Amino acid sequence: MFQEITDKLDAVFRRLRGQGKLTESNIADALRDVRRVLLEADVNYKVVKQFIADVQAKAVGREVLKSITPGQMVIKIIFDELLHLLGESHVPLKLGHSFPNTVLLAGLQGSGKTTLAGKLAVFLRQRGNSPLLVAADVYRPAAIQQLQVVGSSIGIPVFAQVESDVIKICQEALDYARKNMFDTIIVDTAGRLHVDEAMMDELIAIKTLLQANEVLFVADGMTGQDAVNTAKIFNDKIDFDGVVLTKMDGDARGGAALSIRAVTGKPIKFIGVGEKSDQLEPFYPDRIASRILGKGDVVSLVERAQSAVDAETAHKMQQKFKQREFSLEDFFDQLQQIKKMGPLQDLMGMIPGANKMLKGMQVDDRGLIQAEAIIKSMTPQERRSPQILNGSRRKRIALGSGTRIQDVNRLLEQYKVLQKMMKQMKQGGGLARKMPFGW
Amino acid sequence: MLSVLSKLQKGLAKTRSDLVGGIARTLTRSPKIDEAALEELEEVLLSSDVGFETAEELIEQLRSKDRSGLTTTDSVVEIFKAHLIELLDSTVQPPRPLPVPPQVISIIGVNGSGKTTIIGKLAYRLTREKKKVLLAAADTFRAGAIDQLAVWAKRAEADLVSSITGSDPAAVAFDAVRAAKNRQHDILIIDTAGRLHTKTNLMEELKKIHRVIQREIADAPHEVYLVIDATTGQNGLTQARQFAEAAQVTGIILTKLDGTAKGGIVLAITRELGLPIRYVGVGETIDDLELFDASQFVEALFR
Ligand SMILES: Nc1nc2c(ncn2[C@@H]2O[C@H](COP(=O)(O)OP(=O)(O)OP(=O)(O)O)[C@@H](O)[C@H]2O)c(=O)[nH]1
Ligand SMILES: Nc1nc2c(ncn2[C@@H]2O[C@H](COP(=O)(O)OP(=O)(O)O)[C@@H](O)[C@H]2O)c(=O)[nH]1
Ligand SMILES: [Mg+2]
Ligand SMILES: [Mg+2]
Repeated sequence: MFQEITDKLDAVFRRLRGQGKLTESNIADALRDVRRVLLEADVNYKVVKQFIADVQAKAVGREVLKSITPGQMVIKIIFDELLHLLGESHVPLKLGHSFPNTVLLAGLQGSGKTTLAGKLAVFLRQRGNSPLLVAADVYRPAAIQQLQVVGSSIGIPVFAQVESDVIKICQEALDYARKNMFDTIIVDTAGRLHVDEAMMDELIAIKTLLQANEVLFVADGMTGQDAVNTAKIFNDKIDFDGVVLTKMDGDARGGAALSIRAVTGKPIKFIGVGEKSDQLEPFYPDRIASRILGKGDVVSLVERAQSAVDAETAHKMQQKFKQREFSLEDFFDQLQQIKKMGPLQDLMGMIPGANKMLKGMQVDDRGLIQAEAIIKSMTPQERRSPQILNGSRRKRIALGSGTRIQDVNRLLEQYKVLQKMMKQMKQGGGLARKMPFGW
Repeated sequence: MLSVLSKLQKGLAKTRSDLVGGIARTLTRSPKIDEAALEELEEVLLSSDVGFETAEELIEQLRSKDRSGLTTTDSVVEIFKAHLIELLDSTVQPPRPLPVPPQVISIIGVNGSGKTTIIGKLAYRLTREKKKVLLAAADTFRAGAIDQLAVWAKRAEADLVSSITGSDPAAVAFDAVRAAKNRQHDILIIDTAGRLHTKTNLMEELKKIHRVIQREIADAPHEVYLVIDATTGQNGLTQARQFAEAAQVTGIILTKLDGTAKGGIVLAITRELGLPIRYVGVGETIDDLELFDASQFVEALFR
């Protein structure tokens, strides 16, 4: 769902990367783009403003120009900020030793409370609990029937009364649960507007009566700027424990997640990803933040390479990689392309783990020129089958390229390492996923 | 982490009314439209879900307007408002001649946007006008959806055609069209299941419903209203695009305007797709329905 942000940020930073040093003005450009990306993702404009200001303060000046490239640093800062905002880890439901434990669902009309009630019941049953659904929406036409149908479709009992006094229903539900050994009740309430005083009072009364263990604010993932208003007032009134973002199976960018976190500080615990009862997923903030920035730097490295390499060479290379034969001729071609892509040190920094693997090896641009000279001094056959390079051949090559035999040996070592790296990159970015920032 | 959040919360303390008041202040200070004022105007639009692109364009248009007449606060804001009203009104077409009854109205939109409720309200309005109204429960998917519409039919004194949960919605629509013809209803309103515009199979299902209706009455459905929840953010534009592609959408209904959300996304929708906004929903009771009024809507943006 954050794929679009990812794509856009990616574009933004590909531009930034090409620029070498970071200046106050070029980061301003990038941040303007980030602002736009976040706004288009429905992050509240005030949250965006603050976010951008924070990133800017951190990016310009002291903290920036260390060993890594400016673009990488900005990405890192934005990533860290997003992570801070979204919260560090997945927070589980707060169920204690009450008998029964109570989960209270609250939110605007149509946000997905009743559907979530069913999903949570399934989730809790899987965890070994015995949940009871409680129909406390006495207002919306057929709301009780809806919950009953949900309950019977998943085989979870539903407590419902013809009663119109919600408080009384909740009291009776507690008694019923105790008598019938349900260890957890999930209370589905009517949708209500945060500005509806009477209805908000009702919610407070329900929470108080139930001594609810876990109060969840259910918000539509497609919500725009108003998310901050509703979340804030619901939180002020009922001090909820967590947030569930629904309808995330669509293509909404889900900026409401950031907005709600910013304004309430409460963790987002689950996301709803469909209308069916098993379509519930835990919310992992770090995963989402990573997704916002892209799947590790390898992706952008590959993209950058692709734009530099003409389509045909790229295709040929791909075929080669597939067949696992990566000759010195290809290495030579690669070196040519790498020269087009920018400073070598930068590139190596983008491949997770590359710096470690190439430790002690010469990867500066001077080394590049030397490598070129060495490969040029080989015969085509030698380039295709490096294993035939015996001592005398190496000596000849060193002479021909004006280098030492050690240089030739080192290049062949580098070639082997690179070959190994290519294989790893090809195997689906396992490394990249583990270390979005290899440094 | 706490410091990040508390900083943000401080930033959020500034309310919308501060913002709107802010424009007034800036503009009084200086008679010309300075950048700060435009920025604040942009923030009003952004805070209403108008969207970045549309907001930028609208502001650009204001910037390029002849400034000679602009002296007071009011005039700048008023000029801007007038521009927005003009934009919204430009999509309103002259009323089409009513079709030979039954007129078929299809109500579509994403999950939970307020389709069923608006149908209850529309039906009520029409039966008050002494129209004979039939409702079709073509949401055969969501739990309790048929019961929900049945309650509204009863409240509105409209008739109902329904089948059982899980049955083919197109078949329900077909039965309803036949029934409306036979029993001489003036108007047939079809309730469809909420569906995300990204789900190809569900969008195909919607097309099929409309095809079946069209097979029975060549120019039907006469109206296809897309229901948009006022709290919707930028996804609303994507919704409108996708639904307009799958169906001949003839207008927008904006619901839940009784909350604090402004529903500004319809400005973007109107601009891009030229769709008129027909009705607004302002509550959960049967008469919480209003005809869309562009100037009221725009006034609310600045409130
Ligand atoms: N405050 C407010 N609530 C509304 C309005 N319109 C609908 N609702 C509420 O929003 C919720 C969803 O409305 P429905 O009419 O069931 O929406 P729907 O689009 O038919 O939903 P699905 O069929 O489940 O996709 C219900 O709780 C309605 O009472 C409105 O104008 N204002
Ligand atoms: N696509 C999708 N639809 C959902 C999700 N959660 C709820 N819905 C739908 O949204 C609509 C409103 O949900 P409901 O549970 O009745 O909302 P409530 O009014 O808050 O109780 C229904 O059509 C649900 O099927 C979700 O995660 N994804
Ligand atoms: Mg409900
Ligand atoms: Mg409905």
